[in-house]
Amino acid sequence: MKNKSLKKILVIGSGPIVIGQAAEFDYAGVQACRALSEENIEVVLVNSNPATIMTDEQIASKVYIEPLTVECLREVIKKERPQGLIATLGGQTALNLACELDKAGVLEEFNVKILGTDINSIRQAEDRELFKKLMQDIGEPIPESEIVSSYEEALKFSERIGFPIIIRPAFTLGGSGGGIARNKEEYEQIVYTGLSQSPINQVLVEKSIAGFKEIEYEVLRDANDTCIIICNMENIDPIGIHTGDSFVVAPSQTLTNNEFQMLRSSAIKIIRALKIEGGCNVQFALDTKSNQYYVIEVNPRVSRSSALASKATGYPIAKMSTKIAIGYNLSEIKNSITGTTAAFEPALDYVVVKIPKWPFDKFSTGDRILGTKMKATGEIMAIGRTFNSAFKKAVASLEERYLGLLHRGFDKLKNEELLKELYIQDDRRIFRLAQAINNGIEIDELCKITKIDKWFVAKIKEIVEIENLLINSKLDKELYIKAKEMGFLDEEISRFSSTPEHILKEYNVDASFKIVDTCAAEFSAKTPYFYSTYNEECELKKYKDESKENIVVLGSGPIRIGQGIEFDYCSVHAALEIRNQGYESVMINSNPETLSTDFDIATRLYFEPMNIENVMNIIKKENPKGVLVQFGGQTAINLAEKLDELGIKILGTSLKSINATEDRKVFEKLLKELNIAQPKGVAVTNATQALNAVKELGYPVLVRPSYVIGGRGMQVVYNDDELLTYINEAFKFSNEHPVLIDQYLEGQEVELDAISDGRDILIPGICEHIERAGVHSGDSMSIYPSQNISRKNEKILVKYATQIARKLNIKGLMNIQFIIKDDKVYVIEVNPRASRTVPIMSKVTGIPMVKIAIRAILGKSIRRSGYGVGLYKKSNLVSVKMPVFSWQKLNRIDPALAPEMKSTGEVLGIDKTYKKALYKAFLAGGYKFSNSKQRVLVSLNDHCKQQALPMVKKLFKQGFFIMATWGTHKFLEKNGIPSKMIEKFMIDKLQKRMKNGRLSFIINTPTTGKNSQNAGFQIRTIAQIYGVPSFTSIDTANAFLKAYRVYDKSPHLDYDTITNYRKKKLMDIFK
Amino acid sequence: MGTLILQDGSVIKGESKGAIGGYEGEIVFNTSMAGYQEILTDPSYAKQIVVMTYPEIGNYGINDFDFESKKPQMLGMIAKDFCNQESHYLSQKNISEYFKENNIIALDNIDTRSLVEKIREAGTMSAFITSNDVDEEFIKEKIKKIQNFKTLPTLLDEVTCDKSYEYNKEGTINMAFMDYGAKEGIIESLAKRGCKITVYPASTTANEILSSNYDAVFLSNGPGDPADYRFQIEEVKKMMGQIPIFGICLGYQLLALAAGAVTYKLKYGHRGANHPVINLENNKVMITSQNHGYAVDIKELPKIIRPTYKNLNDNTLEGFEIEGMKVYAVQFHPEAKPGPNDASIIFDEWINILNKKTNRINEVRNEK
Repeated sequence: MKNKSLKKILVIGSGPIVIGQAAEFDYAGVQACRALSEENIEVVLVNSNPATIMTDEQIASKVYIEPLTVECLREVIKKERPQGLIATLGGQTALNLACELDKAGVLEEFNVKILGTDINSIRQAEDRELFKKLMQDIGEPIPESEIVSSYEEALKFSERIGFPIIIRPAFTLGGSGGGIARNKEEYEQIVYTGLSQSPINQVLVEKSIAGFKEIEYEVLRDANDTCIIICNMENIDPIGIHTGDSFVVAPSQTLTNNEFQMLRSSAIKIIRALKIEGGCNVQFALDTKSNQYYVIEVNPRVSRSSALASKATGYPIAKMSTKIAIGYNLSEIKNSITGTTAAFEPALDYVVVKIPKWPFDKFSTGDRILGTKMKATGEIMAIGRTFNSAFKKAVASLEERYLGLLHRGFDKLKNEELLKELYIQDDRRIFRLAQAINNGIEIDELCKITKIDKWFVAKIKEIVEIENLLINSKLDKELYIKAKEMGFLDEEISRFSSTPEHILKEYNVDASFKIVDTCAAEFSAKTPYFYSTYNEECELKKYKDESKENIVVLGSGPIRIGQGIEFDYCSVHAALEIRNQGYESVMINSNPETLSTDFDIATRLYFEPMNIENVMNIIKKENPKGVLVQFGGQTAINLAEKLDELGIKILGTSLKSINATEDRKVFEKLLKELNIAQPKGVAVTNATQALNAVKELGYPVLVRPSYVIGGRGMQVVYNDDELLTYINEAFKFSNEHPVLIDQYLEGQEVELDAISDGRDILIPGICEHIERAGVHSGDSMSIYPSQNISRKNEKILVKYATQIARKLNIKGLMNIQFIIKDDKVYVIEVNPRASRTVPIMSKVTGIPMVKIAIRAILGKSIRRSGYGVGLYKKSNLVSVKMPVFSWQKLNRIDPALAPEMKSTGEVLGIDKTYKKALYKAFLAGGYKFSNSKQRVLVSLNDHCKQQALPMVKKLFKQGFFIMATWGTHKFLEKNGIPSKMIEKFMIDKLQKRMKNGRLSFIINTPTTGKNSQNAGFQIRTIAQIYGVPSFTSIDTANAFLKAYRVYDKSPHLDYDTITNYRKKKLMDIFK
Repeated sequence: MGTLILQDGSVIKGESKGAIGGYEGEIVFNTSMAGYQEILTDPSYAKQIVVMTYPEIGNYGINDFDFESKKPQMLGMIAKDFCNQESHYLSQKNISEYFKENNIIALDNIDTRSLVEKIREAGTMSAFITSNDVDEEFIKEKIKKIQNFKTLPTLLDEVTCDKSYEYNKEGTINMAFMDYGAKEGIIESLAKRGCKITVYPASTTANEILSSNYDAVFLSNGPGDPADYRFQIEEVKKMMGQIPIFGICLGYQLLALAAGAVTYKLKYGHRGANHPVINLENNKVMITSQNHGYAVDIKELPKIIRPTYKNLNDNTLEGFEIEGMKVYAVQFHPEAKPGPNDASIIFDEWINILNKKTNRINEVRNEK
C-alpha cells in the first residue's frame, strides 16, 4: 500500500542532454512527477536543463532550475525538507548525485529517505567489485574480469587473459571513457582515459566476448518481491557495440523459449538479490552455439532502454517505478491502457525496431567506428506487423536522403572491397551488409564476417529481393501489395519499377492502422497508440470520435544536434493546448525517447516515420482541420511544402511566408521593403566571382554552401588565402550549387522569440549572446534579459519584429536573430516557427508561449491573452543559457565554436544578478572552480590577439599561471604579460599535465581549416579526452573569468524556485 | 491459398505452409512470444486450431529438445508469418517441414490481430481450416455444418498413453501419474525433484492405483471439457482422502469437480505465457504459463475447497487445496514450457509436503 507519511518528495532530473543521456529522462521525470501529483504528493524538482517539460511549473509543485551539484541539492533539501528522494529516474546523473548526497551525510542530516531502490542496492549494482562479488555469490556467470585502479594492474590482467579486452570505467554514463582494446597500445590509451573519467578512478577490464548475442531485459520489482519482465530486446548487432549504438529489435527473435526463460529467470534472480524496488535493466551476452550466457551489466534505474521498452510495449515503466517507490505493490496498480492489472507481462503482436541516430552527417571528420562508447545522439523506433516492415520503416524514419537499404554508395565497391569493409563496425555496416546480399554473396559468409545472426541477414535479404523484383519484373497489384507490406514507400516503388506514383495510387491500396495495446488484443484497450500496416483491417474507427474535429501535430523525429528536446517540448504543449481548445490532437512522431510519444499526451498518437507518405496515410484517415508544422523543428517544416501541394491545410503561418524567410532573394526584397538592414551577400559559382564579391563586401566574410554536402558548413574567412581554400574545396567536385558569401558583422548578436496573430505580436523577452556573431546561436551563451542593449535599439528590435510579423502574416511562433554593430540593427535570420529558446523564454518570463501560439493559430487574438502586446515586462531574474557539448563521446571532432551547431544540450543559470546567474550557468555546465589557481594554456590566432589582450590581462590578474604557444607568448611579452612559452609540438607534455589535472583550462582560438593535423585541433582534442575545458571564443573565456571573480569573492550561492526568482523583487519589498 | 472458415461465417484466406487437407475444430489464440514448439506439441490443444498472436513464428526452427509430447494433437496453426529461413544451432528443421510431417494445417499471411479480436468478442468458436482454396458453395455448406462443434468424452483416449510405463526409476518418491494428455515438462519437473513416476492411461481405475503402494497421485493436464469426463471424475473421487493428490490444469478441474465444484467455459480461455496469478496467502504475484478453456467457478465452491491462487486479469480461480484430504491443485502450468519459470516453486512445495510425510513414515518406522 501507499506510504501515507510521504507528503513531499524530491525528484532529481538528469541535467543537460548529452550523448548517453537524452530526452528519455524528461519522459521518465514527467511520468514520475505526474504519478506523484496523482497521489497528492508535493513534488520538488531540481534540474539544470531548461528545455525539458519536467521543469514546467505545472509538472512539479516546486521547480528549481539550478545546478545539479551536491551543494545546491543540500540547500534545496534544507529549505524544502522533503521526506523522500527518488534517484532512479534522472539517469546516471541523479543516481551519482544521490550516492554523493548520501556519502556527504546530507540525507541522514535532514532525514531524507531514498525511495524505491535504495542506496546500497545502487552501489552494489554500480560498483564493479561489489557487483562481481554478488554475481559470484548467487552463481550468475560474468565474463572474466578485474577491477583496476592503475595501468600496471590492468597490464597484469591482459598478460593473463590476452586481447581483445573490454575496458569499462565505473560510474560513467553511456560507457564514456571505455572501449575495446585489440592490442597493448590501444589498451594503454583506453585504460588511462577510463581511469581519468571514472569519478572513483576505477575501470573494469574484461575478457571480450564479442560475437555473442546481446540481449536486454527490462524488469520491474516491487517491495513485495513481485517481479515482472516488461520486455526483452535483442540487439541485431552482436556484443561489442554499445546497446545505444545498436540496431535493436523487440521482442527477441532468435531465442528459443528455453533461452528466453533462462535469461528471464536470471534477470529476476539478480534484481531479487539486489533488492531493486522499481525499474531495472539487465544486459546479457548469449553464446550462439551453446547455452552459455554472461551477465554484462545491470542498471538499477530507468534508462534509455526502459523508455524504449515502454514505447515498444505500452507499459509505462517510469510511472510504475514511481508508484512502487511510494509503497504500492504492482498488483495494486492498474494498467492504464487496458484497465486490467499492472502486474503482468506485455504481449506484443507486432515487431519493434530501434535504430540510433548518429551525428556523423554533421561531423564529417568524426570517428564513425562504434564500440563500447555510445555515439548516437538520438534514436528512432518503428513498429510493424512483421520484422521486415518494422525494419524498413525504421530505416525510413532516419530522415536521411536515402529511404532504402541499397544505393548508399556501396554499390560502387567491388565484391572483395565490400567484403573487406564488412569488417568495419560503424554506423553504415547494415547498409554494407544489404549491398553484399544484393551482390549475391552467400548469407553464411556474411554471418561469419559480421557475426549478425542468420535470421536477421535472411530477413534483410527478403527486403533486398523485393527491391530487385521491383526493378526486374513487371509491377502488378500483387507485387505492389507485397512491397507495401514490407514497408516500401511509393516513392521507392515508383523509382525501382519506373512507374509514376499516380499509377500506384490507382491500385487503391490504403494503409490501415493497428494498435499497441500491451496485450496482443486479449483485452480491449482504452488509450492505445497506432502504427501502420497493409492488407489488414484498420482499427482506427473504434478510437476516433467522428463528431470531433482534430488537429495534427508533426513531431520532430530523432534527437540530433540542432534539433533537440526543445521541439518535443513545443510539440507536447501544442498537443495539450489543442485538447484544451476542444479539439482532438493527433501526434505523429518516430522518437521513442520523448514525452510526445507517451500515450496520454495527444488524443491519438501515431508511431510512424516522419515521411510525407506516412504522414499522408494518417491524414487521409484522420481528415484533420489542419496540420501544425511549426512546432516540430526542421523535420516538420520540411514536410510543409509537400503537404500544401497535396491540398492539406497548414495551420498558422502560411507556407508562402515560411518560404519567404528561406528564399534568399525574396527575403532580401522583403527586408528592403520594410527598410530593415541585413548583412550584404552574394552567391558565387567560381573563385573569380568570389574575389570580386569580397572586394565589395570587405573581410571578414561568412561563407557557406547553398546546398550542404558531407557536413561542409559555414566558416568565417579573413583573407584571400582562406577564401580561396574554401572556394576551391567547395567546387572541387561540382559548381552546380553556388557558395554564399555574406558580410560578416562581428557585432553583438541578439535574438527574440515572438508570438503573433498576424496583427499583434507579443515578445516575451530579448536575449543577448555572450559570444559575438559568428558562433551558432545554439552554441552561444545567452542572457535574458539583455544587459547591454540600449532602450533605443530595444525599440527598434520590437519595431522590426512587429513589421516582419505583420508583413509575413505570422500566426504562431517566430524567432528573429539580429546583429547590432556600431549601434545599427541588422536582421540576420527569421524563423517563422518554434525555436530552440521557446522553453527557456516560457519559463523565465512565465508566458506559456506555445499555448498562446496555438490560440493565435486558432483565431484568438493575442491582445486578449492576458499578457498584453509588444515587449513583455522584464522578469526580475537574470538567466544565462550555457550550451553543453558531448565531446568526450565523439572522437576527432574539433570543439571550436563555429557558425555550425555542435552542442547537444544546455543548462540555465538563474539568479537575481547577472554575475551570479553566470557563475551558476558555468557550475551547471560542469565547470570546476577552485581556490588554488592552476596553469592555463593560451594560444591565440592572429585575428584575435589584440582583442584578447584585456582578457589575458585579467587572467593574469586573477592569479592564473599562463602558458602560451610561441606566437602568443611573443605577443604577450610585447604587451608586458608574463607567460611561459610552450612549443606547440610539445603535445605529450601538455597531455601529461592534463592527465594529472594540472591544467585548469585552455584558451585556444582556432585557425581556419578543418585540418586535423593542426596543433590547435590536437590540443583541443586531447583536452576533450581529459575533460579540460577549452574556450575557443574570447567572449566565453571572458565570461568564465567573470564567473571566476564571482567565485573568488564568495563561492556561496542561494537557490530558489524559478517562480520565486521571477517574483523576487516584489517579495523583497514586503520583507 | 488456404482457407479458414469460422462459425460466425467469416472466411479468411491465407497461405498454406503446412500439411494438405482440412479439419474441423475449435479456434483459440495463444499470446506467447516464444515457445511455438512446446505449444505445437502440447496435447491439451487436441482438436484445436491455434492462432499465434505473435507474428513471427518458426524463427529458430524445430529442435530435438523442446517437444512436450511425442505426437502433436493440434489440428492447425495460424500466424502472420511462418519463418522461411530459421536460424539456431539446435535447429533440425524448418517449421513448415514439421507441419507437413505431422499433418498440421498451417496458414500464414493472415491478419491474425483482427482474427484474435473476433475470437475475443465472439468467444471461442468452431472453425474449419483447410489448405485448399475452397469455393463459395463449399463455404456455405461448411458454415452450416460447423455450427456446433464439440469435443467428445472419448477425447482423452486419443491423447493418453497406451499402457502404463515408468519414468526415472531411481526416484525415491513413488508417484502415480494419470496421463490425460500430459506435457512431458510436468513429468520431467517431477523427476528432477526425485520422483519415480509410473504413468497410467486415463482409463485406469482408482483401485488399481490405490492397491499399489504410491506416495501420491498426480493428475495431468489435458484437452476438452472436464465435465465430460464422468469416469475420471468418479475415479478421482474414490482416491480423494486416501492418498495425497496433485493436479495441474485438467487434473485440477477434475479434482474440483470431484469435490463438488462446478466448471464453466471461459469466453475465450487463457492461453499464453503472461498470466498474472496472485498467491492469496502472501499477495505475491507470479507470471504463469496457461492453457485452458474452462474454469472452476469461484462463486460456487464447496466449503472444503480453500482457494490458493487467483488470476489477476479476470479474478478466476487458479488454485486450491483441500487440506484434510491432502489435495493440491493449480489451473496454470508450473512446468512452464513455454513460459516463465516463476511457478516452478509449486513443484518444490508439493514435493516438500511429500518429503515431510515420507520422513514422518520413516520416523515412525524407526521408532517401531
